Amino acid sequence: MTDQSLHDTATAKPAVERPVFQISRLSKIYQRNRFTALSDVNLTLRKGEFASVIGSSGCGKSTLLKIMAGLMPPSSGRVVLDGRPVMGPREDIGMMFQQATLLPWKTALENIVLPIEIREGKAAARRYRDRAQDLLDLVGLARAADVYPSELSGGMAQRVSICRMLISDPSVLLLDEPFSALDELTRDFMNMELQRICMERRATAFLVTHSIPEAVILSDKIYVMQSNPGHVAEVIDIDLPRPRTLEMINTAKFGAIVGHIRGKLEKEAKA
Amino acid sequence: MSTQAKMQTRAASADGFQDDGADTVWIEQDPFIDRIPRWVAMLGLFVAIVGLWQVVTALDIVSPIVLPSPAETWADILFVGNNLLTGGHMLDALITTSLTVLYGFAIAVALGFSLGVLVGETKFGERAVMPYLVAIDTMPKVAFAPLFIAWLGFGISSKVALAAFIATFPVVVSTAAGLYAVSENERFLFKSMGASRLQTLVRLKLPIGLPYFFTGLKIASVGVMAGAITGEFLGGGEGFGALIRISASQLNTPRVFSLIIYLSFLGLALYLTVVWLQARLIFWNKTDKIGGIA
Ligand SMILES: Nc1ncnc2c1ncn2[C@@H]1O[C@H](COP(=O)(O)OP(=O)(O)O)[C@@H](O)[C@H]1O
Ligand SMILES: [Mg+2]
Repeated sequence: MTDQSLHDTATAKPAVERPVFQISRLSKIYQRNRFTALSDVNLTLRKGEFASVIGSSGCGKSTLLKIMAGLMPPSSGRVVLDGRPVMGPREDIGMMFQQATLLPWKTALENIVLPIEIREGKAAARRYRDRAQDLLDLVGLARAADVYPSELSGGMAQRVSICRMLISDPSVLLLDEPFSALDELTRDFMNMELQRICMERRATAFLVTHSIPEAVILSDKIYVMQSNPGHVAEVIDIDLPRPRTLEMINTAKFGAIVGHIRGKLEKEAKA
Repeated sequence: MSTQAKMQTRAASADGFQDDGADTVWIEQDPFIDRIPRWVAMLGLFVAIVGLWQVVTALDIVSPIVLPSPAETWADILFVGNNLLTGGHMLDALITTSLTVLYGFAIAVALGFSLGVLVGETKFGERAVMPYLVAIDTMPKVAFAPLFIAWLGFGISSKVALAAFIATFPVVVSTAAGLYAVSENERFLFKSMGASRLQTLVRLKLPIGLPYFFTGLKIASVGVMAGAITGEFLGGGEGFGALIRISASQLNTPRVFSLIIYLSFLGLALYLTVVWLQARLIFWNKTDKIGGIA
């Protein structure tokens, strides 16, 4: 990489990147209990963008993410990723859940190459071992390759699941409250790690959270969701400079944004 | 204590605190019954039981035909043991019963596993097959013994069939329960990786369900013994069950006792093999086991 191109990515980031994920008129009615979980959701994710969706629990965040990931079909509406409609699970989508969901009978490294093993078989998975080790280095778990999940702390297990998500080099990361089961200190640290990883890879990320500061510190754009039925009530652009640091939490601007979102969510809670 | 430390102590006590420098370590004492080591506890219980047994028989509280003395029983245990070790007719009987138990267990595991996967993995199995299985399971299965004898004769097959019949159901239920034990996140994980149904079954659901499966195997290992011996009681033949029935009809109670004891070794061997296999296979699940064996 030349000095010039380094300079380019740092400052001359194009104002509008191409859309990666496009969701229009999306609604979801669970047939089992005829419950309308989502109604008329529209959103566009652009290349390299970090977007968050925030809302009280039960407002349909996970439902939205599962539909985007192709894990369940919408009742109506359109989901398009990279020009192709999402009609089922896709290799170019990486997912992370609230629980690390590691298989206890596999080592950290074996867990990381699991998506390769499932898609391309054991031989391919063996070829990806070096890459898996690189990813472990990336998240600071260089020496955990042969450790079983029962010996990992919650934060370490989530880092392994980050590696598992990254092994197939997805173009979009869908994250469903990935760190909400962790203690606050670990969580702050993991959020900064996540930012670093996304910036390094210029990944497009979509994060579900119910922590307002977490959404603000990480995102370029925040979708505030309200329930009954689940819909996007407001879209907020966050123009804090990158890379974000934890110190920014103490700035007046940060406080103002957090206050605004809290007001929006509280209004719903009272209503 | 240095002067400075003394001053600190005095300063602290002025605030109402006292520090005489001693640690406040205290020992948590288990009650006596929880502190007896295993071998002492086991041996002690054994001695107590045999002692009580000895007293009851020595005082002629019960007739020796009902309950022989420990010494008499021990002599017979040695006699039967000698017969077994020297390859007498009792060894043939033990081999016959062991084979019955092993065949019955193998059939129960294979059949129970297959039906369990059908029930746990397909809606058809859950909706259509399971109700029939439950209906059959609630029947007194021993009552089928005459049928098996009528169908399969007085040889080993009818006993194997009864043993397998009794032991199959716990394997079905535990296998199906194991397949249900997978969490929603785990299913979504495999779905997001594009796993096929077979891959999800083999790489996720079966391993997750292994502990349940083994619980079923343990119940089956007990059931298969009961089935084999019941079959031999009712259908004759050359096994240990027939020996017990003959001894009992001759009022040879010590022989009945010693045969039962050797039989329990057979059951124990099967049970412990299952436990050992479980510990080997499910190395990641270190839940506390009762006494390390259940
Ligand atoms: N499989 C389902 N069947 C019926 N209702 C569901 C199902 N999954 C979720 N819901 C309902 O849809 C709503 C949104 O759920 P979810 O998307 O999980 O919310 P969130 O992730 O924001 O907490 C909730 O009220 C929940 O009860
Ligand atoms: Mg959720």
